[in-house]
Amino acid sequence: MGANPAENHPCGFKWAVEARDNRGAKLVTIDPRFTRTSAVADRHLQIRPGSDIALLGGLIRYTLENALYHDDYVRAHTNASFVVSEEYGFADGLFAGFDEAASNYDKTAWDYERGADNYVFRDETLQHPRAVFQLLKQHYDRYTPDVVADITGCTEAGFLEMAEIICSTGRADRVGTIMYAVGWTMHTVGSQIIRTAAILQLLLGNIGRPGGGINALRGHANVQGATDHAIVAGILPGYLKVPTPPQTSLAHHLDDSTPRPLVRDTVNYWGNYPKFYVSQMKAWFGEHATPENDFAYHYLAKQGEDATWLSIWDKARQGTLEGFVALGFNPLLAGPDVPRLLDSMSKLKWKVVIDPFMLDSAEFWKAPGMDPSTIDTEVLYLPSSHWIERDGSFTNSGRWAQWKEKAIEPPIGVKPDTWILSELFWRVKELYQAEGGAYDEPIQHLTWDYLNPREPTMVELAREINGYDLETREQLDSFGQLRDDGTTAAGNWIYTGSYTEAGNQMQRRGTSDPTGLGMHHDWAFSWPANRRVLYNRASADAEGRPWDQTRAGIAWNGREWIGDVPDYGRTTPPDAAGAFIMTEEGVARLFSSHLADGPFSEHYEPVESPTTNLLHNNVPINPVIQWYDGVRETLATENDDFPYACTVYRVVEREHFVTSNVPLLVEAMPDFFVELPEGLAEEKGIPNGSQVRVWSKRGEVQGTAIVTKRIKPLQVNGRTVWTVGIPVHWGFVGLTQGSMANLLTPFVGDANTRCPEFKSFLVNVERA
Amino acid sequence: MTTDISRRTFIKATVVGGVTASTLGFDLRQAQAAVRQLKIRNAKEYRTVCPYCAVGCGTIAYVHGSGGLNTKNTVIHVEGDPDNPINGGTLCPKGASQMDLAISPRLRHQPLFREAGASDWTEVDWDFAMDWFARKFKDSRDASFTERDDEGRVVNRCDGIAWVGSATVSNEDAYLITKTMRAMGLAYIDHQARI
Repeated sequence: MGANPAENHPCGFKWAVEARDNRGAKLVTIDPRFTRTSAVADRHLQIRPGSDIALLGGLIRYTLENALYHDDYVRAHTNASFVVSEEYGFADGLFAGFDEAASNYDKTAWDYERGADNYVFRDETLQHPRAVFQLLKQHYDRYTPDVVADITGCTEAGFLEMAEIICSTGRADRVGTIMYAVGWTMHTVGSQIIRTAAILQLLLGNIGRPGGGINALRGHANVQGATDHAIVAGILPGYLKVPTPPQTSLAHHLDDSTPRPLVRDTVNYWGNYPKFYVSQMKAWFGEHATPENDFAYHYLAKQGEDATWLSIWDKARQGTLEGFVALGFNPLLAGPDVPRLLDSMSKLKWKVVIDPFMLDSAEFWKAPGMDPSTIDTEVLYLPSSHWIERDGSFTNSGRWAQWKEKAIEPPIGVKPDTWILSELFWRVKELYQAEGGAYDEPIQHLTWDYLNPREPTMVELAREINGYDLETREQLDSFGQLRDDGTTAAGNWIYTGSYTEAGNQMQRRGTSDPTGLGMHHDWAFSWPANRRVLYNRASADAEGRPWDQTRAGIAWNGREWIGDVPDYGRTTPPDAAGAFIMTEEGVARLFSSHLADGPFSEHYEPVESPTTNLLHNNVPINPVIQWYDGVRETLATENDDFPYACTVYRVVEREHFVTSNVPLLVEAMPDFFVELPEGLAEEKGIPNGSQVRVWSKRGEVQGTAIVTKRIKPLQVNGRTVWTVGIPVHWGFVGLTQGSMANLLTPFVGDANTRCPEFKSFLVNVERA
Repeated sequence: MTTDISRRTFIKATVVGGVTASTLGFDLRQAQAAVRQLKIRNAKEYRTVCPYCAVGCGTIAYVHGSGGLNTKNTVIHVEGDPDNPINGGTLCPKGASQMDLAISPRLRHQPLFREAGASDWTEVDWDFAMDWFARKFKDSRDASFTERDDEGRVVNRCDGIAWVGSATVSNEDAYLITKTMRAMGLAYIDHQARI
């Protein structure tokens, strides 16, 4: 669901095919289109874009109703027995604590009931009316098969057939995995779609087990690594937190950021937060990070407001953002509502684009319909070297950091990113030394102990990321060695162990696999600690016996854990603490107060939807979306004529925009097209291969109509809903030009991540 | 030899030539039996990783060239790395054509600058480019830097500059970007994972 791996991740998908062919696994797809993955699946179910929570909620209900959940797992490894506060409630589409004026929730209403010792009250019988298990049953009870069918557009029979297959994995001797990609994240309820899947997989006992999990299939070579290293608003490397203005001292920041245990028997690994944070500041500011200056606490900016992707564009639009640097990124094509983006970009004073290829974003002033003479933005384009001209590591979707060798030198005239970044750093630093200016202490004191300070090597950086003991100057083996007294340095604690005294662990090429499960512990390095399956303690029961001996993650042999690198200590006995070491609860959360829009998930319609919300039409869409100025006016309302659902996607021959520079791939997939269902094309008089115009309230695209049987009309809430499909790969710079899909999409994001709702909006269609 | 010689006639002629060769004092049979050498025979192998999606397929890049001064090494072939347990040597259409990305004729070699209101680029050198970049960066940082917020709390933040990208660079590049930009006081930092 939410992914089409046969098309977009073919070599990863081959393992799903292998499981089907050699292990008798069932492969099913649930998608708004019959995809290339559907073509090799045992079953396919078509649903309407943006209705995933209804479908998954239905699966949760089916699991509970038919007692298909993995009872021992749920009791041992989830918070099913935790008792929730009396204040919690859910009615008419809103959870308790809703603040309409602020568009958010006061989450204290979602707390657990706690005893005098501050620990959570548990009812091991799961029968307490406010036990998570009972609240869960109650919440998803509304997602009956007929309601699911009515919301998603599938048939009841189709849903039940799918439910029978998926929910059969609740047995201890079976396991199921869910693969998802941006088909789930790109919604105003994206985070909650994934949470619903997590709840389902926890009920079925499929998390932490080999062959289980919910697996994000990422779309660029190092999405995982760039996120781990925090080119991300709000976080620092290793998922540490950016300090906020109210945190006026390091102690305050550490106090807020270090969770306290909610039960007696939890590892609560984030309790080590201060060690990771202080070690990072030592890596960055070295001798200038001292106990006296709170380990350089005020060297870093304090950020309270949202600073993510959409907010960046919004600041540009407001004119408060002066400069914009894009490296290895084509933001104009990758953002929603391109007309709005062009307007925002034109308000920048300056812009720098760093990439091996010319990008649409660098030439936005030449975009169709733009008049360059009216745009005052100064733009610099810098040609940088690309992957084959650099060494360094990429971390894949499975957290394996693999070292790549440099194959060729960059051509004359082309510079590596590290050179460009170092030159910028040194020249800015020297300008401050010469002229003074705004607070430059952090710039002057940033560690830069590289042999060639104008171009650090990848090895030097990898060693700094891993970390070292400041007293012995030896590389560290494990983040367990990190300290909060300023005697250790580590750029990113989750990568500690990747470059030790024994050398570059990411470059290892051992092919042995004693587990027989494809874990390959001697190949590359996977964070954390070379563990291959996260939460692997949950692959075994309370006594440490694997749920399934033929697929053991880790097993307790009486003295130690064997198998994968255990997330428990190697010799920590099975009853010492809960399996989910990163949570304050020690167990996984079926109920969680960590998201903005509810402790459970709920079906809300996309902001542009062809139907009302069948569950609660007074709250049709996610009530805690954060709106940007002037966006509501760009959304289709009932009075506008945009009757068709639309979704966007990739094709195998292309990867977003970079492939528009690869002759072979452009030849294989040259032109923009619009995928139209047969019946709709007939109704509109649009023959296959003719030119078609598609427009939303924001913009319009034009291309060749591909009339297809792959998308069927759906019966949603008593009416027929048609879905139109559009590929994303075209722009106005590139070997072939074509319409930008994002001319159509709305400028609105998920309530938690603000990932834009690219995947579901409304359009109209006619023959051009 | 005329151009209309048929393939059959040509083979016949070759065979006859082979048989008669020994009578000429040297034997062509060994040369005929030799297998044609692969074009990668003298190439150096480099283990790398596919630059497209995040499955992380291992690849081998074959590079040709003497490596001597003033010579240019070129990628002549890229294929899946059979030892890599992730892909076992297989590649998808994009991965299999990555040599075409590596040596794309559209790769740029020249920094370009576009002045306010201009309708085209001007070529600039790297020194100009980096001086301009640093100047703009410092000026905008100075103009938009907040040391204390309205409530008098230390924030030391630069709100006037955004940095985006990238999910296509290595971990080490990504780390250096974060380290440098956080030290500069930027808060508006994001990359493709958001979308």
